Amino acid sequence: MTQVSDAPAKTRAQISQKTLRTDRWWEQPAIVATLLTIWVTYATVHVFIGKWYWVPQYHYLTPFYSPCVSGECVPGAASLGTWFGHLPPIIPYAVVSLPFVLGFRLSCYYYRRAYYRAFWRAPAACAVREPHQKYTGETRFPLIMQNLHRYFFYMVILISILNTYDVIQAFHGKTGGIGFGLGTLIMLVNVVLLWCYSLSCHSCRHITGGRLKHFSKHPVRYWIWNRISWLNARHMQLAWTTLGTLMLTDLYIWLVAAHVFSDFRFYN
Amino acid sequence: MSYKAALRVWRGDHGRGDLADYAVEVNEGEVVLDVLHRLQATQAGDLAIRWNCKAGKCGSCSMEINGRPRLACMTRMSTFTEDEVLTITPLRTFPVIRDLVTDVSFNYAKARQIPSFTPDPSVGLGEFRMQQADVERSQEFRKCIECYLCQNTCHVIRDHAENENAFAGPRFLMRVAELEMHPADTADRRDIAQDDFGLGFCNITKCCTEVCPEHIKITDNALIPLKERVAGRRYDPLVWLGSKIARRPRSTGTPKVPDNRH
Ligand code: SF4
Ligand code: SF4
Ligand code: FES
Ligand code: FES
Repeated sequence: MTQVSDAPAKTRAQISQKTLRTDRWWEQPAIVATLLTIWVTYATVHVFIGKWYWVPQYHYLTPFYSPCVSGECVPGAASLGTWFGHLPPIIPYAVVSLPFVLGFRLSCYYYRRAYYRAFWRAPAACAVREPHQKYTGETRFPLIMQNLHRYFFYMVILISILNTYDVIQAFHGKTGGIGFGLGTLIMLVNVVLLWCYSLSCHSCRHITGGRLKHFSKHPVRYWIWNRISWLNARHMQLAWTTLGTLMLTDLYIWLVAAHVFSDFRFYN
Repeated sequence: MSYKAALRVWRGDHGRGDLADYAVEVNEGEVVLDVLHRLQATQAGDLAIRWNCKAGKCGSCSMEINGRPRLACMTRMSTFTEDEVLTITPLRTFPVIRDLVTDVSFNYAKARQIPSFTPDPSVGLGEFRMQQADVERSQEFRKCIECYLCQNTCHVIRDHAENENAFAGPRFLMRVAELEMHPADTADRRDIAQDDFGLGFCNITKCCTEVCPEHIKITDNALIPLKERVAGRRYDPLVWLGSKIARRPRSTGTPKVPDNRH
């Protein structure tokens, strides 16, 4: 006769420590939280100041004010014209683009990971118990809205075209005609990296080719998918570099516009 | 050069247990599994460990070493300093059978719920041709050794056992993604990915990717592409509007495989 043994008890090992990790797992979320807080504070301040966003001699416009559509925008800065009269100061001048740019970054798969870990601590690091009683992830409102990421992507492509136009404008000399300076160069590097960041987006990877089942039937899209995948593997790095270049571009234009120092000119 | 390593090993069953201290000899070039075997041979004859290949290919020796989910046979002792205390516990997400051995049947139950490969019946046996480009994506997922380290680490069930019913875990969402990317497959698992396998619970924090010993990019190459596929079907306002205007009833996807083992 075979002996029937009891089924093993369905209980997990009871270990009270929230983690037994001995490495510095708390370091990365702390760094991410600090950097994101600094960046958001900086951007909020400059977006609401309503000054020092445009250098008239060289046609430098900071990306934080592009497109400048409020009635307050100085002439020349409003590349798409002014769409409103005077707006109350709680509304930034680039009110038509900033919500999309912000929404794009907030719903970005990389930033989601970053802030879920750094701020929401779900989880702060792998195999570290999270502090929440309940967890529903992105299954319900509001986080289910993250599924709309691709629409922000479409909008940001339009905004990137506008940013590119701003850089072309910035090839402007002080005596009129063509010219360029350090500001132009910074804006150019920034916009190239912004394109790389936007095109490395997971939604872009899906739309351009990832959604196909049959790559061999679509050689062109397969080729594009491969290129985007290469960029996509660097999405996190691009997310951080573009935060850096955005801040640098804005700060440089801010300081030149406020006459703290003058632009270093290479030509005219 | 050999030395004595300080080990704290979780011993117990039925979920109850404690960390027991041992000092075990370590020789050059050894991995954690070697040291556990020496412990078993010299001091704790009744220590339960599961292992098989000792080559990182069978996925049996998953455990947590200093709090990090890893394969004991692929964790070199040289990654730790000689005076470091090694704390070794069973996987935390699965019920413990004894000592370092857990009952991973949760994973097999989840695997059975996934509708298997469904080729077009009109294509005869041996008629279908695939190019390398078509299989590349699935080949990465096929490297999986079913160690379930990813399932164990995912906070959705690790920290919230109440989600076990609603969430299949990264390993099986990856399986769904693999089938959805298969050029000869005709089933549509996007609805069940969201409704029955809980893709929405995943918040893409990438711990599955971080612990995978096969370095499969689970999150980037399987989970996010699957989320995008689901978004296209379920959360696309244009698609929704179109189907409202055309009054087309929404096609229902393939249902999950019912569990008839009880
Ligand atoms: S990325 Fe998703 S599936 Fe992977 S561990 Fe994180 S929450 Fe779990
Ligand atoms: S995907 Fe990786 S971590 Fe998960 S079971 Fe397979 S090999 Fe293990
Ligand atoms: S921008 Fe990061 S994933 Fe789309
Ligand atoms: S014993 Fe096979 S993977 Fe470790």
